[in-house]
Amino acid sequence: MTAIDKRVSTPIIWLLLLTMPYWMDAVGGYTELACRVVVLGLAAMAVNFLLGFTGVLSFGHAAYFGLGAYGAAMTIKYLFPSTALAILLGVVVGTVAAAVIGALIRKLRGTYFAMVTIAFGQVFYFIVFRWNTVTGGDDGITGWSRQPLNLGFTTIDILHDDKAFYFMVLAFFALAVGLMALLLRSPLGRTLVAIRENERRARFLGVPIERHIWLSFVISGGFAALAGALFALLSNFTDPRSLHWTLSGNFVIMAVLGGMRSFWGPLLGAAIFVVLQDYVSSHTENWMSFIGLFFVLVVTFFPRGILGIIKRRLGQ
Amino acid sequence: MTQVLLFNVFNGLIVGAFYALMALGLSLILNLSGVINFAHGGFLAIGAYLAYSMMPYVGFWGGLLIAPLLTAGIGIIVERLLIRRLYGRDPLYSLLLTFGLAYILEDVARYIWGAQSVPYPIPSWLTTPLSTSFFFITGYRLFMVALVAIVVGALFLVLGRTRLGMRIRAGTADLETVSALGVNVSVLRNLNFGLGIYLAGLAGVLAAGMLGLQPTIGTSLIMPSFVAIIVGGLGSLPGTLLGGLLIGVASGVTAVFFPSATEAVMYVMMGLVLLVRPRGLLGEEGRVQ
Repeated sequence: MTAIDKRVSTPIIWLLLLTMPYWMDAVGGYTELACRVVVLGLAAMAVNFLLGFTGVLSFGHAAYFGLGAYGAAMTIKYLFPSTALAILLGVVVGTVAAAVIGALIRKLRGTYFAMVTIAFGQVFYFIVFRWNTVTGGDDGITGWSRQPLNLGFTTIDILHDDKAFYFMVLAFFALAVGLMALLLRSPLGRTLVAIRENERRARFLGVPIERHIWLSFVISGGFAALAGALFALLSNFTDPRSLHWTLSGNFVIMAVLGGMRSFWGPLLGAAIFVVLQDYVSSHTENWMSFIGLFFVLVVTFFPRGILGIIKRRLGQ
Repeated sequence: MTQVLLFNVFNGLIVGAFYALMALGLSLILNLSGVINFAHGGFLAIGAYLAYSMMPYVGFWGGLLIAPLLTAGIGIIVERLLIRRLYGRDPLYSLLLTFGLAYILEDVARYIWGAQSVPYPIPSWLTTPLSTSFFFITGYRLFMVALVAIVVGALFLVLGRTRLGMRIRAGTADLETVSALGVNVSVLRNLNFGLGIYLAGLAGVLAAGMLGLQPTIGTSLIMPSFVAIIVGGLGSLPGTLLGGLLIGVASGVTAVFFPSATEAVMYVMMGLVLLVRPRGLLGEEGRVQ
């Protein structure tokens, strides 16, 4: 049953993603919203690499997301006006930070791990917030924009053609998601799932647990940084809010809402969250209450996530 | 120079005492129920605003006395209705629930009392500086430290000497056995949550007198409390107290030499502690799951 499911569902997901800019307007959205869904979906999937497939409760991924955003923004503004280089450096900055923090916390578990990741997430927030001369402080980094994409034989103007930008984002998304799927199918991915299922048994089998958790943390942080870099390019702007712990919480709720145990779940969760937030914040000033209520409802009624519920219905 | 340094150490101690007060409440809840209460900052704000609203009727002292109790009452109700269902499940869910509550509480405060910062009047004899030549310290700050010391002393007395405190400590060590011995664990956790929220409310009223009042007051204060718990060691209340004071002093001293790193320094400290002692300064080996 599930095997047929995958063969049908995966092409449908890709078909929806490929055509999204064309029907988004018709259902009341806009292309930028479509970009946001894909980018934040990637961030939520990155978080879920740890949360759902390694079983480690990380709650500070906005840090790596935000560092990716700042890496990209500062590359274009100060270093070299190239979109590709911006993305590359954004990913490098975020991944290196995740590698350092990951090394400090790889021995911790459960609530302790969660608390430490939350707290460490804030270091970078304060650094960016306070280091006015370089990061622009509270105002963020403005006065730059994404550069035309030079492919050698042709140049694509992704700045003014928002559909072209969407497809660039989608291409990076596809690359990242493909890599993620490959990693999860590799011996590494299987080992991570084994750690999730029973850490003690995996340890007895000789798996170096700490090294695997560190690796998973770094990979996950790297994907989050990619999402962050794309996010900065999307708005041609970045500010300290892209590093704040509230964003980390949003990533986790996206993953939980869609279904932590499924590969595509976080993308679905992100789509629902982003559209809802867009709608609510344009209709009421008290959007925070709605988002908060949303958290409470999801935890109370959909702890398995939407795809988790569907899978269960189909499986049993 | 030494004078400035001394002043900042003392000031750091005051701030640290305040962090500790908030962190102790968080720690109580975390130890017994395994819930990372993200909404702690939200409860803190509610406590402060309640005191602000009742001040015209009961004055500063009445607010200080009643508002934290009311906040604890709200906490007890919230625990009954929402948080209780999540005990025994993955800590992820209670974390997300309290995260959502934090959003709601901040927004409720904004909705009722407005987004603008409002001043929180304190008795005039507390606002006059005790000494302008040596230390520029207002009586309020001294009063804060004294009150925190009394409350923390009382808390440790309650935990050490009373039946309820004994049960809380026993439950922290082994909840199942405590339950098997006939203690109503559900009520115990409920009261313990209320106690933790009481401390949050009290911290809120005290903070309002020092910083003024705005809806985000809790959100900005919750991270240092997390750091205090981690530095001190998860599962250890004396550790939390120590952690709070340490990061307060560290921030105070840093403010002299490198002002822009005032906030970051506590995280650096946390990193160093984790590097040397992954369980925190007073955390016990094997106590953390």
